[in-house]
Amino acid sequence: MIAPVRDPAAAEIDTSDQAGGDGRLDAATPRVRIDPTLTTNAGPRPADRRTALSLQHVSCFYGSFRAVNDISLDVAANEITALIGPSGCGKSTLLRTINRMNDLVPGYRTEGHLLFEGEDLYGPRADPVAIRRRVGMVFQKPNPFPKSIFDNVAFGPRINGYKGDVAELVEQSLRRAALWNEVKDKMKESGMSLSGGQQQRLCIARAIATAPEVILMDEPCSALDPRATLQIEDLMAELKRDYTIVIVTHNMQQAARASDVTAFMTMGDDRGGFLVEMAPTVEIFTNPKDRLTEDYVSGRFG
Amino acid sequence: MNATATTAAGPRFEPALMRRKISGTIFYGACLLAIGILLLTLLLLLWDVLTRGLPWLDWDFLTGSPSRRPANSGILPALVGSVQIAIIVGLTTFPTGIAAAIYLSEYATDSRLNRLLQTNISNLAGVPSIIYGIFGLALFVRLMGFGYSLVSGALTLALLIMPIVIVAAIEALRAVPEAQREGAYALGASRWQTVRGSVLPAAAPGIMTGVILAMARAIGEAAPLLIVGAFTFVTFIPSPFEGGYTVLPVQVYGWASRPQEDFQSIAAAAIIVILVLMFLLNFLAIVIRVRLSRHIRW
Repeated sequence: MIAPVRDPAAAEIDTSDQAGGDGRLDAATPRVRIDPTLTTNAGPRPADRRTALSLQHVSCFYGSFRAVNDISLDVAANEITALIGPSGCGKSTLLRTINRMNDLVPGYRTEGHLLFEGEDLYGPRADPVAIRRRVGMVFQKPNPFPKSIFDNVAFGPRINGYKGDVAELVEQSLRRAALWNEVKDKMKESGMSLSGGQQQRLCIARAIATAPEVILMDEPCSALDPRATLQIEDLMAELKRDYTIVIVTHNMQQAARASDVTAFMTMGDDRGGFLVEMAPTVEIFTNPKDRLTEDYVSGRFG
Repeated sequence: MNATATTAAGPRFEPALMRRKISGTIFYGACLLAIGILLLTLLLLLWDVLTRGLPWLDWDFLTGSPSRRPANSGILPALVGSVQIAIIVGLTTFPTGIAAAIYLSEYATDSRLNRLLQTNISNLAGVPSIIYGIFGLALFVRLMGFGYSLVSGALTLALLIMPIVIVAAIEALRAVPEAQREGAYALGASRWQTVRGSVLPAAAPGIMTGVILAMARAIGEAAPLLIVGAFTFVTFIPSPFEGGYTVLPVQVYGWASRPQEDFQSIAAAAIIVILVLMFLLNFLAIVIRVRLSRHIRW
C-alpha cells in the first residue's frame, strides 16, 4: 500500500481553518493561511536544487491567437511545481507545450525556448516522439487504452523498444503507482473496468513505464472523488523522489497540499495568459507578493 | 400545492402534465406501430418463403446442380460461387477499405480536397448497383481481360461495397475519443504506433460490423453480376478465372422468372439458403464484435 490515506475532511483544513472552518474559501477571508507543517510535500527545500526545465520567453499561439504570453520560469528537478490560475489562462497550453502535445493541434506555434536538461525542446534536431518518452503526461480524464491492464502498462515500453523483461517492468510500474495490490490478480482484465481513481493510477503507471524524467499532470484529479484525489497526491509525493512533476490544477487546496512551488497565471485583456508570480507554495498562499495572486488564492477571483 | 402557483416575483409555470403525458404516450404508440409493421412484413415474407421452400430443401438440393426438372435441381454451383465471391470480396475490400478509411480519418488534413473526396465516397454508396456492373464490364471484363469470370464479378462487388466499408470504418475511427490518441502520443508513440496500438483496437468492433454488413450486401447482389457474366444455369463448380459462374441471388432470379410453379418453389428454397448464409454472417459479426469489445467500456 501507499502511504496511509489521509482523511479528506482533515485535508480541507489546510486552507480553511482561518475561514470559520466551513471548509470553503469565501470573499470575506482576508488571506488564506496554511500551516506549512500541514502541507504534504513542502518539506525543507534541498540546497542543491537543479533546474530540469527552463522556459525562456515562451509564447504559445493558436493561429493568430496568443494563448500564452512571454512566460519565463524554471522547474526544479525532483520537485512538484503547480500551475494555478483561472480557466482559460493558458495553464494547460503551457503544460502541453512542454511535451510538444500541442504539435498535434493544427495552427499551433510556439515562440521562445524550452530547455530540458539544457536541450532546446523546439530546436531543429528535437524530435517530439523522442521527447514524449522522456516527458510523460497524465491527463485530466483517465484515458486507459481498451486493452488489458497489463497491455496498458506494457504499451509504452513495447513501442519504445524496451529490451528488458516487460512483465517485470509492468509489475514494477504498477507497484510504483500504488496499484499493484489491487490489480495483480486481474492483469488480463480491461484497464477500463477499473474505478476512476484506479484508472488514473493505471495511467500514471503507464507513464512511469517508459522511464520518463518529467511527468506532466493536467488536472489529474478533477474527475476523481476526494479519496482517490488524496491517493494520487500521496503518490505524487512518493514519485517526486525520482521524477520532476509539473501539475496543472484548478483546486487551490490541491496546489497548497501537494506542491513545492506554485506558479500563478492569469490572463490579460487580450485573453492571453501570463505568469503573475512564482514562488514556493507556502509563500504563494501565505504571503503573495502580487495583488492578483492574493485575490485569486483568497477566493476573491476565479 | 397549486400546480400553477405564482409567486410575487417568479415566473409563471403551466406544467400541463396531462398534455405532456398524452403526447409521450402518442409517441410511444407511434414507435410501437412502426416496429409492428416491420415485424409483420418480415414474418409474412418468412412465412411465404418457408412454407413454399422448406419441402424442397434437402441434402440433394444442396449438393445438386440446376436441371430442367425442378425435382432434380440443386444449388451447389451457386452456393460455391457465392462463397468464392464472398472470400474474394472480403480479401480485397477489407484491407483496401480500412486503409483508405485510416488515411482519411487519421492522416489526411482537414483540407477542402479531402472533404470533397469524402463526400464523393459517401455519394458512391448511393450509386445504383447496375452502374457498378457496367463499370465492372468495362474495367475488369474488357480492359483488364478477366473476361466473364467469377473474379470479374467479385471485383465488381468489391467496388460496390467499398464506399460502405470506408464510410463505416471512418465513422468507427472518428468515434474513438481524442484522448485515446493523446494517451498513445504522450508515451512517445509515432503516428502509426498510435493508430495501430490505440485507435484501431478501439475502432475495431465498429469497423468489423461495417465490413460484415457490407459483405452481406455483396452476397445478396444479383444485378451487377448479370452484366459481368453470371449465368442462371450453371451445372458445374465454377472456377474463379475461367468459364461461367453463378451465385445464389442470380440462381433465385433465374428460377423465379420461370413460369412453372415448382421452379418458383425451389427459388424459395434457395432464398432460405441465402437467409441462412446471412444469418451465419451476422452471427459471426456479433461474435467478432463481442470479442473485440471485451476491453472497451466507454
